[in-house]
Formats: sequence, structure tokens, C-alpha cells
Amino acid sequence: DGHDHKSYEISSVDFHRVETPFIIGIWIFSASLAKIGFHMTPKLSAIFPESCLLIVVGVVIGVVLVYATESAVALLTPNLFFFYMLPPIILDAGYFMPNRLFFDHLGTILLFAVVGTIFNCLTIGVSLWAVGLTGLFSVQLPILDSLLFAALISAVDPVAVLAVFEEIHVNEILYIIVFGESLLNDAVTVVLYHMFEAYTEMGAEKIVYQDVLSGFASFIVVAVGGTLIGIVWGFATGFVTRFTYQVRVIEPIFIFVMAYLAYLSAEIFHMSGILAITFCGITMKNYVEANISHKSHTTIKYAMKMLSSSSETIIFMFLGIATVNKNHDWNTYFIVLTIMFCSFYRALGVILFSALANRFRVHQLQKVDKFVMSYGGLRGAVAFALVSTVETKVVKLQPMFMTTTIAVIYFTVFFQGITIKPLVKVLKVKTAEKRKPTMNERIHEKVMDHLMAGIEDILGLHGNFHVRDRFKHFDNKFIRPYLVRNYTGAEPKILETYSKLAMRDAIEFMRRNASTI
Amino acid sequence: MGNRASVLLREEEIAQIQQETEFTPNQIERLYSRFTSLDRGDCGTLSRDDFLRIPELAINPLGERIVNSFFQDDGFNDRVNFRQFMRVLAHFRPVKKNKENKLNSRVQKLKFAFKMYDLDNDDMISRDELLAILHMMVGANISEEQLTSIAERTILEADEDKDQMISFEEFCKALQRTDVEQKMSIKFLS
Repeated sequence: DGHDHKSYEISSVDFHRVETPFIIGIWIFSASLAKIGFHMTPKLSAIFPESCLLIVVGVVIGVVLVYATESAVALLTPNLFFFYMLPPIILDAGYFMPNRLFFDHLGTILLFAVVGTIFNCLTIGVSLWAVGLTGLFSVQLPILDSLLFAALISAVDPVAVLAVFEEIHVNEILYIIVFGESLLNDAVTVVLYHMFEAYTEMGAEKIVYQDVLSGFASFIVVAVGGTLIGIVWGFATGFVTRFTYQVRVIEPIFIFVMAYLAYLSAEIFHMSGILAITFCGITMKNYVEANISHKSHTTIKYAMKMLSSSSETIIFMFLGIATVNKNHDWNTYFIVLTIMFCSFYRALGVILFSALANRFRVHQLQKVDKFVMSYGGLRGAVAFALVSTVETKVVKLQPMFMTTTIAVIYFTVFFQGITIKPLVKVLKVKTAEKRKPTMNERIHEKVMDHLMAGIEDILGLHGNFHVRDRFKHFDNKFIRPYLVRNYTGAEPKILETYSKLAMRDAIEFMRRNASTI
Repeated sequence: MGNRASVLLREEEIAQIQQETEFTPNQIERLYSRFTSLDRGDCGTLSRDDFLRIPELAINPLGERIVNSFFQDDGFNDRVNFRQFMRVLAHFRPVKKNKENKLNSRVQKLKFAFKMYDLDNDDMISRDELLAILHMMVGANISEEQLTSIAERTILEADEDKDQMISFEEFCKALQRTDVEQKMSIKFLS
């Protein structure tokens, strides 16, 4: 009876079991390889931004996949994008946000992010609809569909802005305005998108003006709610890290998990997750850095950079792959006009709103700044993910919108991405100088801050300096003592700079006198 | 709002201040109404107490120094009239490109900041002067040795002629990379 004995297999092939993680691994691996290859060819990286190459690689892979498997692949699903790929990029942005710079220009940033985005959405939507009336597109374009499309195409994309602007190093003020706008306009985009989606489902005739008011109210809820959720989680993270000194190795995980939970808990209520995670990062940083060990801090820094740059890499590659599919509906007039309206109204909006902003700004936005700002209005993967969630049942023109969105993304990433570097050079835009503050700068600049706050108080103005001074006073009295473990009193930055410089000196000394150790 | 103020403020005085400080008449009127609201005694001048009555200024760690800087211009007066008040504020006007900036030039702004430290007016920041400022800003929770070593390090970093003090030239040099024009300017609504 030993004949039907099934011999023990020494090895067997079971690809199916590992299929999903394996393929994901291969994706990340090939995207990273492409990135290395790109940086090893200096000629290529001097002309093209990295994101262009990644899209091209994606297209190539997409073509291969379509021919090999005969089926279109939709890798960049909205859920994958919003839950796994966007949060690391935005957390990185929020955590390493130059807080001071951000809050100094918050007024301008908000003006562009809120009013500017609504302006773009309405003007683009109405213009496309008006042109549609002439029959140029040879399809019927209802006004609500047009506005829905405008809502998702009018938002400047944080991923694309980061990808393109990181390489060109424009001066910090210009950078923070464009970048801050792309982060903060999420609330507007989310609301406008959901609003027009709901209106489309309701049908144009049934909208009463109460619905418009509700839309406005929901904007405030989405924006303020998202921000508050982020801030609360940020404080909570600070509080938790106060107690991690016994188990240093889990410090980084708190930062990541709690920020991610902030994002998700905002998304539960359909509030702006991007705002939540941005403000979570901005808030926690102040307290976390004082609590965690130096090594944990380095880990967080590198892990965050790695996660965000991998996500960005994968997003652009997946965008390329997503281009190759069979559901395209190419409409030349619609595409060309969308690109034209996007660029035109962006420029118009920048001119109008910067004129308004300049009335209140010390640092005036010059012509060159305005040009780079209009040129920096890049559209990207957020628009793509949003257009993918539009249902064909509700909006019949979804395929056309999808194709147009991809075309606009290609236009901004390729045309604007490639030309912006030489343009910045030709226009002599001030470029950024990275710097670590010296002891003198740190102290004298603090004195200037107090001085200016004092002058504002004498004038009875409630300007930037005044508000910051009040917040710092409040922070030092009521927040820091509870969130920071070794609370050392006011002006932690002066101490921080001092210990950083002392550490650098020590390392330098060790290197120079290696033999003495 | 400017009406009542301009009654009290004579035309020629406005012209004079305008010429001296380059504020616009509108701005001068606005600031004049602030000036009069600070002037509790209605005597046309401000005393130290008038300033220190501003509640926020009392919290400011450098509050007293800031108030004193209004009184330094003309010897040891203990009252400031509107013209002197405006002359101090003119330092904080935004710098205009392609235009001669008198009181609000970069150097003037830096000089103003320098005076925050330089109590004895010898155009030098000594170790003790720096320590005094650090004390005010950082507070009591930090050990004396640590503050001293911060002060020493700061002086060492800026001090080029090795006199253990920071002169105004060294101060300017240390702040070369700082955008003083932006940091020390206020947008006065016109």
C-alpha cells in the first residue's frame, strides 16, 4: 500500500499566493530603478523634470501591459491614491513646512487657495459651457457637468507643484505661496467637487438657492473641521511622545500612525484630509522635536522623505500607465480650450488677486513673481483621481473628461515642467539659498520679532507679529509645559540652534582630531 | 475718522512730517488719531507710562526697551511729541526700490535693532548687554552657565577684531543674509 504515496515535494511554485505584494514590490522596484537611471544621466536630468521621465516609463509599461495581457490596467484607483499614496506626500510637506514663512504669508496663500480656486472653477466652467453652446464640441455639455469638470481641473496640485518646484529652487516666498496654495485649496476642491456632483445627481432644475448656501456652509465645515482635526491629532502626538523616552524605538511610528489617523478621521466625515494631515504635521513638529531622541528624529526625517518620494515616483508612473487605456474619448476642441482656459484664467486670477494682496503686503509681488505663480499652476494626480471617481452613469461625458484631464496633466507636467527651468533663468527669478541659522541671526532676528510686535502693539495693529507674539505667549504658558517633557522656558529655538551648532562643532572636532580618541 | 484729527493737526505740521518721514498725509492722520488715543492726559505728548499702559506691551519681554527707544532721539526728554513719535515709526516703513530711503533704509533699521542691545550708547554690544537681552527673552528656566555660553558663542561668532564685543559693523555683517528690509517693515495702510 505504499504505492499511492505522494512524495514530499522539495519545492513547488505558488505564484498566486504572493501575487499582489510581489507585483507591488516589482512596481516600486522598477520605479526606483528608473529614478536611479534618470539621475545617472546628467544630460537628461538637466532638461527634463523627473516627473516627465516617470510618466514616460509608465506609458511604456502601460503599452507593454496592454499588448501582453490584452486588458487595460487601472492601477491608479482613487482609493489607492487617496488612502496610500497621497498621505505620505502631504505629511512630508506639512511636517517640514517652514512654519514661520507659511504663517507670514498665510493671508496671500488663503486668498489664492480659496478665492482663486473658486474664481478658476467658475470661470473655466462657465467658459467651457458657453463655448459648448455653439456646438463646437459636437456633444451636449450641460452646465453642471461643465462645472463639475472645472472643479476638479481648476485646483493646483500639490504633488505636481512639489515635483516640479523642488528641482528649480525658486526663492522661498514664491515657493511657499504656490505650494501653500496647492495644499490649502484642497478644501475648496473637495467641496466644489462634491457639491457639483450632488447637484448633477439632483438635476439642475431642482436646485434651490438654499442648496447653494449649504454648499457655502459645507465649505467652512470641511475646511475648519479638517484643520481642527489635524491640530487636535497634532497636539495628541506631542502629548504621546512626552512619554516615549523609555521606548525610543517606537517614537517614529507614533508620528506616522497618528498623522495617518488624522487624515483618515477627517476623511470619515468627508472633511479635507489634506488639510488635516498638513496641520497635524505643522502642529506636532513643535512639540515632537523637543521630546524625541536625536536618532528618532533622523529616522523620521529619512523615512518621511523616502515614503513621500516613493509615493510621488509611483504616482507619476501610474499616471503614465493609466494613460494607456481603451476608454479614451478624444475631443480636440474641448482639450485645447480647456488648456487655454486653464492657463488664461490662472494668469488673470494671479494678476487680480496679487494686486489685491499687494495692498496688504510688505513684500510686494512683482511681475516676475506673478508670472512664475501663474506658471506654477500645475495640475496633477489629484485631478486624475477625482475624475476617475466620477460615475459614467451620472455624467455621460466622463470618458471625455478623463482624457482631457490626462491631457491637461501632460501639458502641465511636460510643457510647463520642461520650460519653467529655463524661464526662471531667463527672467532672473531670485533663487533660494538654503541656510542654517547662525547664533547671531537666531538671536537678533528674535529681538527684531519682539521689537516689531511691540511696535505693532503701540500702533494698535493686529498684524503678523502681534498675532505670533500672542500665540507664543499662550503656547509657552499653557501648551508647551504639558506637551513637552523637559520644558525649558521660552525661546526653545535659541537653545536648539545653540545645541545644533555645538553638536556640529563637536563632530567637526572629532573628525579633525580623530587620532586623539 | 481723520476729520477730528486733522483739526488738531496743523497743515504745515503735516507737511513738515511728510517731508521728514515720507508718510502720506492719510497715514499721518491715521497715526495721529492713534497718538491722541494713547495720550491720556491730552497734553499733546506721550510719557513712558502712556506707552506702558498698552496691555500687550507689558507682556512683551522687550517692552520697556522698545518704549525707551522712542525717547532716545533728543537727549533725555521724558515726553515724546507727535513729530518724534513719527520719526521713530518712519524706521518701519517698507523699503521702496529705486528710491532714496532716509529713515527706513536697511542701515537705519539695523541701527534701530542694534540700539535694543546697546544700553550705554557706546556703539558696542558687550557680553553683559547681550546677556541682559537673553535673560529677558529666554526667561528664568535656563541655567546661568548655559546662557553665558550662548552669549559667548554669539560674540565669538560675530567678533572680528577680537575685542569681545560686537560693534555695529560686525552686527551688520552677522545679519548679511537676513532680509532686514522685510523683517523690520510694517505695511502702514494708506
